[in-house]
Amino acid sequence: MNGNDKGVAERSMGFGLRALSWLAGSDLLDRIRARKQVERALFRTTRNGFRSATAAGRTFKAAQKLTGPARQAPGKPRSLFDIAPDDEQQMFQEAVRDFAAAKVRPAAQGADAECATPTELLDQVDELGVNMLGVPEELGGAMHEQAATTSVLIGEALGHGDMGIAYAALAPGAVATAIGHWGTAEQEATYLPAFSGEDVPAAALALLEPRPLFDPLKLETAARRDGEDWVLDGVKSLVARAADCELFLVAAEAEALGPALFVIESGASGLSVEAEPAMGLRPAATGRLLLEGVRLPGDALLGDGDRDAYLECVQRARIAWCALAVGASQAVLDYVIPYVNERTAFGEPISNRQAVAFGVSNIGIESDGMRLATYRAASRADQGEEFGREAALARRLCAEKGMRIGSEGVQLLGGHGFVKEHPVERWYRDLRAAGVMEGALLV
Amino acid sequence: MINLEIPKKFKPLASQANQVATEVFRPISRKYDEAEHSYPKELDMLASLIDGMNEGSDIGGAGAAGVRRESNGNGDDGNRNGSNLSTVLGIIELCWGDVGLLLSMPRQGLGNSAIASVATEEQLERYGGRWAAMAITEPEAGSDSASIRTTAQLDGDEYVLNGEKIFVTSGDRADLIVVWATLDRSKGRAAIKSFIVERDNPGLKLDRLEHKLGIRASDTANFTLQDCRVPKEALLGSSAVEDKQGFGGAMQTFDNTRPLVAAMAVGVARASLERARECLADAGVEIDYAPPALSQPAAAARYLEMEADYEAARLLTLQAAWMADNGRPNSLQASMAKAKAGRTCVEVALGCVELCGSVGYGEDELLEKWARDAKILDIFEGTQQIQLLIVARQLLGKSSAELR
Repeated sequence: MNGNDKGVAERSMGFGLRALSWLAGSDLLDRIRARKQVERALFRTTRNGFRSATAAGRTFKAAQKLTGPARQAPGKPRSLFDIAPDDEQQMFQEAVRDFAAAKVRPAAQGADAECATPTELLDQVDELGVNMLGVPEELGGAMHEQAATTSVLIGEALGHGDMGIAYAALAPGAVATAIGHWGTAEQEATYLPAFSGEDVPAAALALLEPRPLFDPLKLETAARRDGEDWVLDGVKSLVARAADCELFLVAAEAEALGPALFVIESGASGLSVEAEPAMGLRPAATGRLLLEGVRLPGDALLGDGDRDAYLECVQRARIAWCALAVGASQAVLDYVIPYVNERTAFGEPISNRQAVAFGVSNIGIESDGMRLATYRAASRADQGEEFGREAALARRLCAEKGMRIGSEGVQLLGGHGFVKEHPVERWYRDLRAAGVMEGALLV
Repeated sequence: MINLEIPKKFKPLASQANQVATEVFRPISRKYDEAEHSYPKELDMLASLIDGMNEGSDIGGAGAAGVRRESNGNGDDGNRNGSNLSTVLGIIELCWGDVGLLLSMPRQGLGNSAIASVATEEQLERYGGRWAAMAITEPEAGSDSASIRTTAQLDGDEYVLNGEKIFVTSGDRADLIVVWATLDRSKGRAAIKSFIVERDNPGLKLDRLEHKLGIRASDTANFTLQDCRVPKEALLGSSAVEDKQGFGGAMQTFDNTRPLVAAMAVGVARASLERARECLADAGVEIDYAPPALSQPAAAARYLEMEADYEAARLLTLQAAWMADNGRPNSLQASMAKAKAGRTCVEVALGCVELCGSVGYGEDELLEKWARDAKILDIFEGTQQIQLLIVARQLLGKSSAELR
């Protein structure tokens, strides 16, 4: 899409109205006595169809001057095979696990229904420090070395609580990590302090575009040169808390450079958002970000627009989504075990039947395989090794097996799995995202 | 510190094993697939070589070095990479070469593994260094190994064995056969013990060698035991008929050998994937890890899916071995690895045949052989279904009486 094709939003609005009038004219609603309910839902959908401005946002200002970009050091190469997290990682893991069990899981159903995660909950996640893992020490970060593996353990633990809330909570960290990894000294000094402070801004790393067979290396969002400036046009999809974001990192095909990331503050003119509720990840209040002739200064390009950096970003994002899927898959396993042991049919627990028991076995086997593949990719990243292959394989596994695990979770509960009394239907919806999402989260 | 790469100290071993696979196994792979039942004499020299290397070291065949548990750490944080992991890594490489030949390696049988794992010092002394096969399965007892009918009766200083054993890998070529038999059929699994029988024992009669789908380099023997007398000392482990413990001990051998069979499956799968990738490249299809699988050609997408399953199988296998090295109970992970690797190996090998069309199906390539070899790896040392049962019982906290 380009700048003069400003009809996108209008067209989708038009489509909403068409659907509305069709439904309103149908006697189906009256027959099922659902008119009131549907009208209420439609109100919401049409409201979502309207565009709104992006959030007002704070003013980001460089508080210090760096002589060069600050970077986390790659970890030392590890000589032994090891699956156990180190002490620091274990501490993080336990803290986030406890938090996920105590705060995230209980909030999940409500957040799913509301299409929003309570702000207090997001603040509490920020307090755990999870969004500053990629911030170099010089800028207030806590980690001296790169922490992809630690990020994976945290993503897994939060994803066990709820994938959608995890997405909402970890999305700002992706922006911080990207700036910490690839940003210029100026960009780091301007944006990173906010992420290690108390009031972490809502922020989003927007790669995905709304079309079938999306390939993050072939972007339709375009950044063209105009003198010193960049001018961006395009649409980004399933952006977490799009309407609340104060800062965006947007992927666009940059003229003469190839795919690259651009730092855009929410106040930029030509930016607007549309709600884009989806099958799952609803607590993240997903939305589309529309860019229409967004004019940016030359230094809005993240780093030097290096193509390898962009590819690495794509791959790190894949690992992050795997981590969430591993957590959600484990949640399915942990939930179905007591259920099939307690549920009786034909006079005994259904888990006494191989057809049921083997379903549980396969959830266990595949989720463990997903976990190990994800750990391997992250650990290679931390050691400065190539990890594109490992990230791609972990993603294939998590997309395919994660989906199956979501489906098996519902299947094992039968009709009870299909209704919202149990969380398995939510995991069914959320786990499908592991094969759909690109970007948005980073390790 | 999480790291799932091959440890530096085992890289020379893996590379040695890969050389053996490349220089010794691959060139004779087709020859002994065709010449079923003839002994691959090329292996004799190799076996001596490995015996030499085996002195206190880790390169092994099918895990004959045994899998005694070790718990002292060799990393600064107590993490240990020991013989379980090195054996698995060696097997992966050797089976990348040829799994049938690996199973035919002298003194590297699963019987050796059983002996090395549970034998007393005296037994190690007496039987060490000899080739031992394992005889469990009977015509009426396969997966259900607790219901074997072969009996062992104490008569003075000897046990007298009677029964029928089938599917004994290397049964004709080995020096010793580890025979599973029951001391008392009425006492169930607690009475099941394993006995070391000399191959030339007159009471041990070879009935026939099987003709098979795959692993044809490896001979598979059927025996009748008729008043087969062995000394009392030939009983492996404790002779007491305790509750479960005896059988548990025998079954524990499986916890230790399952990751090894999983490793075989990983090796065969990798061989298929590597060759298929070359064939696809010749056909103009390159596998690319950067774009999404589904925006690549269908063949590449299929390949990526198979490679992802391979990756999971491989890592589950390494995990099970690593746990054994670190003295962690790994029965669950061993069965997970065997289940995943067994089925993945079959899917991958058959999938690669399909990707390569008639080239993959024909005998000019080894792809069709690997696909035939693969199937046994989802069957022996516990079938897919048995692994799923074990995994389910562990996850669900069920006994074998509840979940049968």
